[in-house]
Amino acid sequence: MANKKILISGNEAIAEGALAAGCSFYAGYPITPQNEIIAYMASQMPERGGVFVQAESELAAINMVFGASATGARAMTSSSSPGISLKQEGISYLAGAQLPAVIVNIMRAGPGLGNIWPAQSDYFQATRSGGHGDYHCIVLAFASVQEAYDMMQLAFDLADKYRNPVIILGDGLLGQMMEPIVAKRISPIVYRSNKQKKWALTGCKGRKPNIIRSLYMSQDALEKSNFSLQAKYQKIKKSEERYEGWFLDDAKIILVAHGSMARIAKGAVKALRDKGKRIGLIRPITLWPFPAKIFRQLVMENKKLTFLAVEMSFGQMVEDVRLSVNGKVPVKFFGRSGGAVLTAEEIIREVNKLE
Amino acid sequence: MIKKINNHPKSLRKIPTHYCAGCGHGLAHRLIAEVVDELGIREKVIAIAPVGCAVVAYDYWDFDCSEAAHGRALAVATAIKRVRPDNIVFTYQGDGDLAAIGTNETIHAANRGENLTVIFINNAVYGMTGGQMAPTTLLQQKTATTPKGRDQKLHGYPLKISEILALLPGVKYIERVSLHSPQEITKAKRAIKQAFTNQIEGLGFSLVEVLSSCPTYWGLSPNQALSWMREVMVKEFPLGRIK
Repeated sequence: MANKKILISGNEAIAEGALAAGCSFYAGYPITPQNEIIAYMASQMPERGGVFVQAESELAAINMVFGASATGARAMTSSSSPGISLKQEGISYLAGAQLPAVIVNIMRAGPGLGNIWPAQSDYFQATRSGGHGDYHCIVLAFASVQEAYDMMQLAFDLADKYRNPVIILGDGLLGQMMEPIVAKRISPIVYRSNKQKKWALTGCKGRKPNIIRSLYMSQDALEKSNFSLQAKYQKIKKSEERYEGWFLDDAKIILVAHGSMARIAKGAVKALRDKGKRIGLIRPITLWPFPAKIFRQLVMENKKLTFLAVEMSFGQMVEDVRLSVNGKVPVKFFGRSGGAVLTAEEIIREVNKLE
Repeated sequence: MIKKINNHPKSLRKIPTHYCAGCGHGLAHRLIAEVVDELGIREKVIAIAPVGCAVVAYDYWDFDCSEAAHGRALAVATAIKRVRPDNIVFTYQGDGDLAAIGTNETIHAANRGENLTVIFINNAVYGMTGGQMAPTTLLQQKTATTPKGRDQKLHGYPLKISEILALLPGVKYIERVSLHSPQEITKAKRAIKQAFTNQIEGLGFSLVEVLSSCPTYWGLSPNQALSWMREVMVKEFPLGRIK
């Protein structure tokens, strides 16, 4: 398939990337700063043979995704922080029923109504299972518009592979910024029918009835189901850790940042490298599973490392960094909140304080 | 000579249900199974089971089923029907599910005119959780959360969701039926069949409100419960075609 170069916002790239990945169902409810996704889906989804529904609420939207996914369709919804809070019940049901789905959270600042400026303060909610029960979503974080586009294919593939909800965690800055990307030429959605999805609800012609459920009345049955979920999560942890490393070979200080903070941190690393500072960067791409292996490996090789987590929050991802290095080296934190975006200069000042 | 004129429905598994003596769910399940058989749609049906006593309806029905979170059955059903318009999709929901926690989903699915069938079981009480007040609980009716009886000043009035839905232009068909006597059960089956036929013909949103007994949480014997439905409940919820 021929490619084309287009100038597009992060939000539109998410929608276009989803369509290119064969997403054939979208339901959503408007909320800033992700409204470009729902508008793009409203105009493009029906054009290409898929189903778009503007839901009456976030609750309805996530449960529509549940229904579409139950039939085997590639289904997604998108929202921003307060709306994602409303979807948590549905995400728990998706996880419990082992239904694949993609949920996009273009984060804004909280708590409560907060404001519409970018933030990364939903990290805990995304990576610790924001709803009730023992479960995990796979959580992916992009740092450019191109990566947003490409990540949708990965998200749907992982969701199907593991029959598990996948969360795309971005922030308002990434959602709104425009960048040129290379995209596949626009084509109709290939409806991935459920030939491979033997569990899907299609009517019981020629087979025994299928049931989509997360209810197991007896303790034994539920524990057994939860054990199988945990086995799946272990498999995901083992195979799906992803990160981008920058100047890790000789670094004495390593910044850790995801999403748009990672781009700003890169600017700081570059400036400090120019001054001869041995500094590097780890950008986790999977936030769950957190890329713990690279941290353990680096700490084993160099006991004098210092990590500095930078976040648009008052410190959430930093806990995963601490868990990964397990007290063997210092882990510092620097962050701002409320919609404030850290600058490279602020990060540089913070790095200089470390020595 | 005894002649067999009715068989066990193919769409209903031959296993005992977990329902209390005198509960209406078993009957309602069977009526649906009979209709599904008669219309020859068992292999096309996708059912949405509610949260409540009937959550394991899929243990009894012999066709594809999904659970839905409490109140969200019509959101789940909307998506299933939109993605697979050739399947026959219905929800089976209680009064709390459809008319309290799920009122928003109910009204909007109806208003969009989704081509769905809804079987709405109204037994005026929350069964699964131990007999609390439902949106359809009658005035003066005693429940776990209205120990002195439902008082309109404190708890509002029994919610007539079917009458509300009938106002919406997207709605094709609404009928209220009852399971308190053989004659009424026959009428109930006819209405359920109509609601499924409407979907097959693509006519739009169809809902059958089924008055059903809950002797356990009405504090009555199964027989007394049927009398209460006949003498009291149908006065508050009059039977017949609403739209």
